[in-house]
Amino acid sequence: MIILTPSPFSPSEALSTFEKEARGAGAIVSFTGLVRDRAGDADVDGLHLQAYSPMTENGIEKAAVDARQRWPLTALRIIHRIGDMGPFEPIVFVATASAHRRAAFEAADFLMDYLKTEAVFWKKELTKSGSRWIEPRAEDYSDSARWTQTDTETDRNARHK
Amino acid sequence: MADILYFGRLGDVAGTGAENLDIPAAITDTAALRRWLDAEKSAGGAFLKASVRLAVNSEIVVDPHPISPSDEIAFMPPVGGG
Repeated sequence: MIILTPSPFSPSEALSTFEKEARGAGAIVSFTGLVRDRAGDADVDGLHLQAYSPMTENGIEKAAVDARQRWPLTALRIIHRIGDMGPFEPIVFVATASAHRRAAFEAADFLMDYLKTEAVFWKKELTKSGSRWIEPRAEDYSDSARWTQTDTETDRNARHK
Repeated sequence: MADILYFGRLGDVAGTGAENLDIPAAITDTAALRRWLDAEKSAGGAFLKASVRLAVNSEIVVDPHPISPSDEIAFMPPVGGG
């Protein structure tokens, strides 16, 4: 399930709901991303997130389908904030469930890399000295590229079917 | 009248996030639209950057892609969430 929300959400409630949905799984992994209060040497007052519906939702949906094709997941949940948010507020939540831990870890990692570098969002940081649009860092792109470099035989076969 | 959307930093450059524009009849594709808008907005090349992708009616396209007066055209600088 994929949710874009302009309102704050509780990652612990989201995880609790996900645990019920994923009952029977042998492994659950969840990741929560929070708004940092510092960027370089500046204090961050908040973030503004823009999306372009339905392109944003459709893209995340496609990444979720891709994750399910690569790993044997039994459940998956993505929550992403849009609009304005303050320091320490959750901005993103990803949870995956599988029979074993490796698939759940890798799928959550893969989905986060998608969200950081390919998901259709634009992010503006608000600081005392003004605001600036933030684009992915070089590390974000190299993290994301790992998923094409480390393809297994199974991945390649699955895609060629 | 075409609906033009400016996302991210391009909203600041254009001075608005969205507008309804009468595009000159001579502007028939996305490459020409970039050049025309960049001049109109005195954007100094912000609309011409290869890192800025265009979507026509919610589909990302490759320049030059045909456009028509009723299209929704989005200017999309590099994306990223999380």
